[in-house]
Amino acid sequence: MLQLTNENLGYKQGLVLRNISLSIAEGERVALVGESGAGKSTLLTALQNRFHAKAALIPQDVGLVRNLSVFHNIYMGRLNANSTSRNLLNLVWPQKREVDQIKPLVGRLGLADELFKTTGELSGGQQQRTAVCRALYQGGPVVIGDEPVSAVDSNMAGQVMQSLGETFATVVLAMHDVELALKYSSRIIGLKDGEIALDQAANSLSRKDIDFLYASSG
Amino acid sequence: MSTPAASVGEVNVRPKYSAMAQTSVTFVGIAVIALYFADVSITTHDPWAEINRMLRGAVTPDFFAVEAIGSALVKTVAFALIGVALGAAAGFVLAQIFHLAIVRVICSFVRAIHELFWALIFLQMLGLTPLTGILAIAIPYAGICAKVYAETLEEAHVPALQAVPSGSSVVSTFFYVRLPDVWTHIVSYTSYRFECGLRSSAVLGFVGLPTLGFYLETAFSEGNYSEASALLITFYVLIASIRYWLRPRLIGVYLLIAPFLLGGGMDIKLSNVMRFLTVDIVPVPLRGSNLLEPSNWHEFANWVTHLLADQALPGIVATLLLTQIALVGTAFLSLAFFPLISAKFLGKKGRLVGHLFLVVVRSTPEFILAYIFLQLWGPSMLPAIIALSLHNGAIIGHLMGRFSNEIILRPDHAKGINLYGYEIVPRIYGQFLAFLFYRWEVIMRETAILGILGIATLGFYVDSALADIRLDRALFLILITALLNVCIDSVSRAIRKRLRLNRAVQNY
Repeated sequence: MLQLTNENLGYKQGLVLRNISLSIAEGERVALVGESGAGKSTLLTALQNRFHAKAALIPQDVGLVRNLSVFHNIYMGRLNANSTSRNLLNLVWPQKREVDQIKPLVGRLGLADELFKTTGELSGGQQQRTAVCRALYQGGPVVIGDEPVSAVDSNMAGQVMQSLGETFATVVLAMHDVELALKYSSRIIGLKDGEIALDQAANSLSRKDIDFLYASSG
Repeated sequence: MSTPAASVGEVNVRPKYSAMAQTSVTFVGIAVIALYFADVSITTHDPWAEINRMLRGAVTPDFFAVEAIGSALVKTVAFALIGVALGAAAGFVLAQIFHLAIVRVICSFVRAIHELFWALIFLQMLGLTPLTGILAIAIPYAGICAKVYAETLEEAHVPALQAVPSGSSVVSTFFYVRLPDVWTHIVSYTSYRFECGLRSSAVLGFVGLPTLGFYLETAFSEGNYSEASALLITFYVLIASIRYWLRPRLIGVYLLIAPFLLGGGMDIKLSNVMRFLTVDIVPVPLRGSNLLEPSNWHEFANWVTHLLADQALPGIVATLLLTQIALVGTAFLSLAFFPLISAKFLGKKGRLVGHLFLVVVRSTPEFILAYIFLQLWGPSMLPAIIALSLHNGAIIGHLMGRFSNEIILRPDHAKGINLYGYEIVPRIYGQFLAFLFYRWEVIMRETAILGILGIATLGFYVDSALADIRLDRALFLILITALLNVCIDSVSRAIRKRLRLNRAVQNY
């Protein structure tokens, strides 16, 4: 489905990841783990550029429009699927059809009461769940998320991971919570010192096998 | 600079003045020279008696002149609402194509022409009709709104853009992501513009439209100062209470009702409009003559030369003199006014009085202030200087006062005049200069228009040309005024850039 071969990735300031080769097959649930600064976001950005329009996105900064409601932010996931006039109509007057589509999503992630609150008023966890709902509403073959549950409490985090797994055939998420990554992923990719230090099926790994990624090097 | 060897043991201890200080001193110097050439005499016989009568009127406002007050306020609001709404809407559309050079040039040109000049132009074209007043506000406001909206949208920081699914239409993305991000900013700027619109609308009364200025001029000319003061007091209350009556949900209703409150007027005659556009404004030597005939162009060159030498040039000189004096007057008064509302200098009660004073002075349009002082002192530059300095000083003083309140001082800071000179003013001086240079262009625009009251700035020559029904001359002089304004704007921008003054203050 996607292939990176001997790629150097990074920003203008300098290389973050060297000589990366990686292929992701359809149906895989990939978790990227590693210390902050290890290059997870850089790799995700590269993958996102390769997937182009196919991937729904949950950025690290959630990418919400603070002055718009939860409903509108979620609806934004399908701006391209509806006509411009329908979009503008929904902006001024949310229509029953779309509200009915979005209600079950927010119900599942515990945002039912917040549907018409502006997202600027929400807590960090609620904002993250809104961003997840937007991706779920957008749908498609792939979702790419940069720590989509970092601010969500543990009960809800499982619910979020479950929903993403059910909606998207292929899932690529950067994760800070290793337990959660092991539980909901099929494959773990560990980054350390600008390289891929670990790439194995999740069911062959335990917590201890991953700890070395977080040990200070040198 | 001397060579390194020569400078050993010879430390240069002369104070070096900063670029900001040098600029300030230069502008004060220019103003002092300008003051020498300016005419600042008092020509009325007994100004004190008149001041006495006015003050007595001011403390005995006559609110029983209900009919006049009600009608004046309703019409002032109606014109402002429709004018600003149209201007803002047009500005919003123009902001989308503001990257085109031609749009930028047109916008800077239409906003360089004062509302009253626009009103004078449309009076010739459309007569004394509501449309004249509406266009006089809407056109310059469209120019200024286009610029500010475009800059605001440009500065929008939108991380949400990357999450928008690709293939979404430009329009949908704009309304869902870009616009909501800056919406609150746009709303607050537009409501500030509406406040300006109320002042513009009030002043349009001085050229005959049925707004506050019309009733005010009538009251003044009849010596009915109690009615004049009642009109002004209700106007202040109207402006101070904007946020209570201009509710977002009510704006639609207001806009529906407003057109019916503008009052009637003459019919617009299409023949008048056509004559204005095709005959009246064409320079006399070219009017109806053969454009291929070189002698006609020769006469046209003569016409331009005479107009430039006899009217434009003296008008420009007077306008510049007055502008520079008023700019420095504004500077001194804002430095004097800001402590009145600053918690660093005054207690709660004192600040309340200070606020009241500044609200009154900055809510009174320069034009009305100048008109009042002119009644007192007779025609010279003095009333204009005082009016411009007071009004703009109150505006900048208000903004500086707010800035000074945000300064955090160490516990053992100095007090009184030392606090003022060592701690506060140096910290807000950059902001102060930025406000002042942004205001320069506004002061110049107002200076030109004050000519209508009889001071020999460019507006005076425009007004005389109109009185003689020489519309070609009037329009030529208005264009000169606009050009002068565009020049001042670019000089001001260059100075701001050189002094690296903050961009964030530009909109007020």
